[in-house]
This record gives sequence, structure tokens and C-alpha cells, in this order.
Amino acid sequence: MTEHVRAVHPEPNMVQLLTPEGQRVEHPDYPLDITDDEIAALYRDLVLVRRIDSEAIALQRQGELGLWASLLGQEAAQIGSGRALKRHDMAFPTYREHGVAWCRDVDALTLLGLYRGTNLGGWDPLANNFNLYTIVIGAQTLHATGYAMGVVRDGAVGTGDPERDTAVLAFFGDGASSQGDVNEAFVWAGAGNLPIVFFCQNNQWAISEPVERQSRVPLFQRAAGFGFPGVRVDGNDVLACLAVTRKHLDNARNAQGPSLIEAFTYRMNPHTTNDDPRRYRALSEAETWKLKDPIERVRAYLTREARVEPEFFAAVEAESLEMAEYVRAGCRAIPDPTPESVFDNVYVDLPDELREQREEFASFVKSVSA
Amino acid sequence: MIKDFLLPDLGEGLTEGDILKWTVSVGDTVAVNDTIAEVETVKAAVELPSPFAGVVTALHAAEGETVPVGKSIISIDVGGAAAGAPAEEEQQLTLVGYGPRDETATPRRRHRPPVVDAAPPATESAAPTEPARPAAHRVLAKPPVRKLAKTLGVDLGSLVATGPNGTVSREDVQQAVQAPGAAPTGRETRIPIKGVRKHTAAAMVASAFTAPHVTEFVTFDITATMELRDRVAARREFRDLKVSPLLFVAKAVLLAARRTPELNSSWDEAAGEIVQKHYVNLGIAAATDRGLVVPNIKDAHELSLLELAHAIADLTETARSGKATPADMSGGTFTVTNIGVFGVDTGTPILNPGEAGILAFGAIRRQPWVVGSGAAERIEPRWVTQLALSFDHRLVDGQQGSQFLADVAAVLRDPGLALL
Repeated sequence: MTEHVRAVHPEPNMVQLLTPEGQRVEHPDYPLDITDDEIAALYRDLVLVRRIDSEAIALQRQGELGLWASLLGQEAAQIGSGRALKRHDMAFPTYREHGVAWCRDVDALTLLGLYRGTNLGGWDPLANNFNLYTIVIGAQTLHATGYAMGVVRDGAVGTGDPERDTAVLAFFGDGASSQGDVNEAFVWAGAGNLPIVFFCQNNQWAISEPVERQSRVPLFQRAAGFGFPGVRVDGNDVLACLAVTRKHLDNARNAQGPSLIEAFTYRMNPHTTNDDPRRYRALSEAETWKLKDPIERVRAYLTREARVEPEFFAAVEAESLEMAEYVRAGCRAIPDPTPESVFDNVYVDLPDELREQREEFASFVKSVSA
Repeated sequence: MIKDFLLPDLGEGLTEGDILKWTVSVGDTVAVNDTIAEVETVKAAVELPSPFAGVVTALHAAEGETVPVGKSIISIDVGGAAAGAPAEEEQQLTLVGYGPRDETATPRRRHRPPVVDAAPPATESAAPTEPARPAAHRVLAKPPVRKLAKTLGVDLGSLVATGPNGTVSREDVQQAVQAPGAAPTGRETRIPIKGVRKHTAAAMVASAFTAPHVTEFVTFDITATMELRDRVAARREFRDLKVSPLLFVAKAVLLAARRTPELNSSWDEAAGEIVQKHYVNLGIAAATDRGLVVPNIKDAHELSLLELAHAIADLTETARSGKATPADMSGGTFTVTNIGVFGVDTGTPILNPGEAGILAFGAIRRQPWVVGSGAAERIEPRWVTQLALSFDHRLVDGQQGSQFLADVAAVLRDPGLALL
């Protein structure tokens, strides 16, 4: 077994606005004007998406879902970046962006349907400007880049009209950063000065492969080779993720081209419910990261600095219990798709030939089930 | 009303799972999502959360049993109608048979023949009883090899892995079957040399006869560290942790290794090079039911005292529960062995192969000690301990070894020196 030093300790120049102990700190390049009420709202977001996630894991273990990819530990990176989006911006998720989906008002049960096998994506990407989950590693960065090309052709960049100027936010992970697709997306985005922000959640582990075996440099430094800025942000700090993403999305809308954000975080749970990380990583690593929990630091800030009343936390907790029940009951109540539904959503207007096939198929199904 | 929880397909297309451990018993009250069992599939060992709230009325599988997907594993009385008196009867009923669901549940694959239960040889009685089911999933092995081991009734955890990347190979499993079991012959008991014992023996021989060992000793007053320990243990952030003197010894070792990196290096005979490590993977020798294991704390040099305390607690717990992975135990750069816990004062430890130093930490006793000087000189009862440092003389000269040992002792004698 080859030995290596685990690069779990970030660079000193990582952007952080809220320490793990809940202290607000300032960063010269990323000022954040935010009220305590807004921070409390972010806290609610973080708690609720964590709750959705833990319920989904339980549902998978109970046989209600085929699979689930947990976001535990990455809540701040997702909520921070998700809340930086404007309504008319477009986001391209991987299959783990449940927190971003939450920010885009995609219902939790819709996400569950994909993992239950009752839908094949399940939402209209343009309804919430949130693309479908992409299972193929890194492919969505190309889709996002193509979308950004379209934004440029629509003339929706650098007009100075905040209602018109549009940015694209592409999510991927540290493992995907080694994929050809992602590097091609970087090339195109750089060459076309496209209005796109690449948001890499470096959660340290590409399934069982640690990030330092994939890159000789910190991931954010790769952007320099493609000719656009890269920045590393504390991915467990929701305020820093919000401030950094907000600024780079602004830059993109203002025709200043693409950028790469590396959110330095940690996947606290297995890669998916099919994975057993005890086979390849030390428990002590997760223990170290527990001290950097994305939710605890916000709670510490709200309690000590903002003097938020205990009633607020109790209300969020109550809401999270309701959410748990909604997810548990709602998941079991998702109807199974009908056999005929394979014909749906392929063509806008179903051709005659397929219409006949659908009818034949329906009568066949009826004949065997009778 | 009694509800059955059928074993779900925990992966994608799996047909069965092994019940590793029940965490509830009949009569226990469970809430929704309480963990009821640990189940291992070919993909992962996972905890099963209860889908129901209620009282457990029956468990339909024994620990270690392989259960097909779709079969009921537990019955839970969720209250409401039809609860009450018949519960006990029903419990009896399902404990004997396989529960009402068994006939209707259709396994997706043929039933496996009951080879597993029949496998252990009857002669095994004299061997010390091993834990019922050492967690085999922590051992690296390809799925076909796991299957073979299971079919032959071989515990993967008991094998010495000779396959690539520390995996257990098909040959390892087959050899284990051919080896005779432990058989008592009247006045002697013959125990097959295998598992951790075999591994330990090979490692010790390799180490003792390749690295020229030198051992040095120091006896000193550790009272100041004991007082510091009490203060640290009283702090809030340490409240759930065991703050042992070992923690401070480990910290002192990490500090000393900075000044004398020779003790944190290794001898690469093949390359003709000395490899000086810029990190410390600190091994802590742990006595376990399976024998001596030395898992190590990765990148211990980067940890604060609190993180180190967490790491030591995790590591000893992992080792004691037989869950230390090969990765936990490989790549160590320096080892501490806490022989004091056995009540002995000192020893001459043998190096963990590939490492340049090992520190034995003896018992801490109240002993008379000369304190003060001149007219104030007197004898006082103090906390006194001994350290023994063995080092590889190929890599480390007496001067460096002595320096290192003196540094460790100095910090423990006067922890304030750590600030320097």
C-alpha cells in the first residue's frame, strides 16, 4: 500500500467568514452584508436538508429507496451556493445536490422518486431553473457550459440589467475534476469567456480514492491553467460559500468570464448507501471533521453573537420533525408508474406508430394481468 | 397489531444479507428509525433502522445467519387492534418456525445449503473461544473469495492476507481449510499458528534479526504531567474523553520527533536510502482478544491535544472491537507501547518492522524521590515512571536516541517546556 500524507488540512488562504467556533471573521475580497435574520434562515435551510437526507438514508435501509447519495457534511457548501443564485440563473447539479434542490424549491419527494425508481428525473428543469440530477460523473459541466454559450448568444450577459444578466452554476466533485468532460468544459468556458461558475465540492473522497492521489496541486489552482480565477472556500462555512459564490456569479453576469470555486469540505457518510467507507478510510478522519460541522458553527453564532432565543431553535427542530414525517409518509405513498408510462415524455407529440404501440402494449398488459 | 419488517434489497440487485448483530431483543420498545440490527451484504455492512414504532415480539434470524431478501427478520407490535394477549403465543410461534411470511416470500435465488453451520470441526473445543463473528467485512478480499470462505466456514479475519494490496487470496482460504484444527492431546494443547499470532511472530522475527536494536532507559518524576492531566480532564471539551497519561506521552513523542527526525525514519534496503518522514503516523500497541495489534494515528503530528485524545480513543476502541483495518495498521512511523497498564515498570520493546523507534511506557507509581537542593533537599513521595526507548542503530546513533528519550522525559517532567 503506498503511503501518502492526507491533505485534509486546508491552505491558510482559504476563504472563511465563520469559524468552526462560530466567530464572524472578515475577508477583504469577500465582504458579506447579511443580517442575523438572514443567517437564521440559512440555519433553518441547513437543518431541514440534513433532516431530509437522514430520513432518505433510513428509507433506503427500510427498502423504500433503491439508493441514496448522502450530503451529510456538505450542507453549507450547497445551501451557501444555492442561496447565491438568482431565480433566472441556471444550476446544473450532480446527484448529491439535495441542498441546492431545496434552494430551488424542488420538492424532497421529487428527489426521492428518482432514487425510488418511480421517475426518471422527475422535474421540469426550466420550472425552477434546476437541471435534472446527472449520474454520469462530470457530464453536467458540459451541459452547463453549453447552456452558458446559449446565454451569451441570447445576449443575456453584461447588459447591466440585473433582471436580464444570467449566470450558470455547475456542480461537480473532486473525483469529477479528473474527468475529461470537466476539463473540456473548463477549456470551452475559458475560450468563450462564458458566464459560468464551476462549483467543486471537494469532499476529499472520490468513492474510495483520496483527492491527493488525483492532483498534485490544490484543485482550485487548476483554474489558472485554463485562464480563469480559482478560489478555495471553507465548504463547511455557509456564509463564506454564500459570499464567494455570490461574487463570482456577479462576475459571470457582468461578462467577466468563468471562475472555479473549490469548497473544501468532507463527505461524512458513505459515498452512497451501497458503500462502506470503513474499508478504506480511518474513522478518526471523520471525527476531526465533526469539529468543523457546518450547522454547529451557525448555531453557536446565533446563540452567542446574535442572541437568538431558544424558541427559534425549538421551532426549527419541530419543523424538521414535520419534514421527517412528510418525507417518510410521502415516500411510501409515491404511486408506482404505470407500464404505459415508458411511452411518455419521449416526444412532445407522440407519433402515430408509437401511439399504436402504446395501445397494443396496454391491451397486452391488461390481458396478462386479468 | 404485529408488523413484519422484510429484509430489503440493501444494494442494487442483492439477494441476501447476513445478520451481523441484533441491537434489540424481544420485548424492547423501538421508535421509528431506531437501529435494530447490523446487516452485512456483499457491498457493505450497514445499520438497519426500524420502519415501525412499537414492541419487538420476535426476531426471525440468528446472528450470523444469511437471510434472503424479502424474508421477515423482525416482528414489531405497533399497538392498536389485535394487540395484547395473543402476542406471547404468536411470539412463541414465530420463534419456532420462520414466521407467517416465510411461505410466501420467494427467494430470488436457490436456497444455500446449510454448509455454514456444519463447518466448524468438533475438535475445536480446546481453543480459546473466539468472538462469535469477527467483523469479516473489514478484511480485504474479493467477493468470490468471500463466498468461498463462507462456503468453507473459514473466518476471513483469522487469515494472514498474502494477496495483492493486502487482500486475502483464494489460496489463503484454501490453506486455512487444510490446516488442522487445535487438538488437545492430554497434557498439552496444540494450537495452530495462524491469524494475528502468526503475523506477530513473523513481524517480530523480521524486526529482531534485521534491525540492530539498542534500548535505553530513563526514570523520572512525572508528577507535573499528572497534575496537568487532572486540569485537562476537567475541561469541558475533554469531558467525554479518557484523558490518560498515555495521551501526554504521545504528545511528548510528537514534539521530540520534530527535533530528532531520525527516530521517525525508515531504512529502505532495496533503494539504499534512508527515508525521513515529514509526518508521524503514531502507532499505539493494543492488546486485544485476537492478540497484539498496532494500529496507528495518521498524521498525528498535525493534531491538537484534543484531536489526539479523540484519535487515541477511536483507535483503541476500533482495535479492541476487532475492527482495525489493514489500512489502520499499515504505514506507522513510530510506536508507543503502554506496558504500564499491566503493572510492569519497563522492558526492551522490539521495533514494529519498518520503524526506527518504539517507546515503552511503564507503570506510574508513588515513590520516594529527592527534591529540592542544598538545605531544602528532602525526600518526597512523587509520581515516578520509566520510559524505555528501543531504536534501530542503523538509522539512529546513541546521541540521537538519547536526545529523543531525554526530550520526551523532559516534557513530561515539566510540560511547560512544550511551549518552547
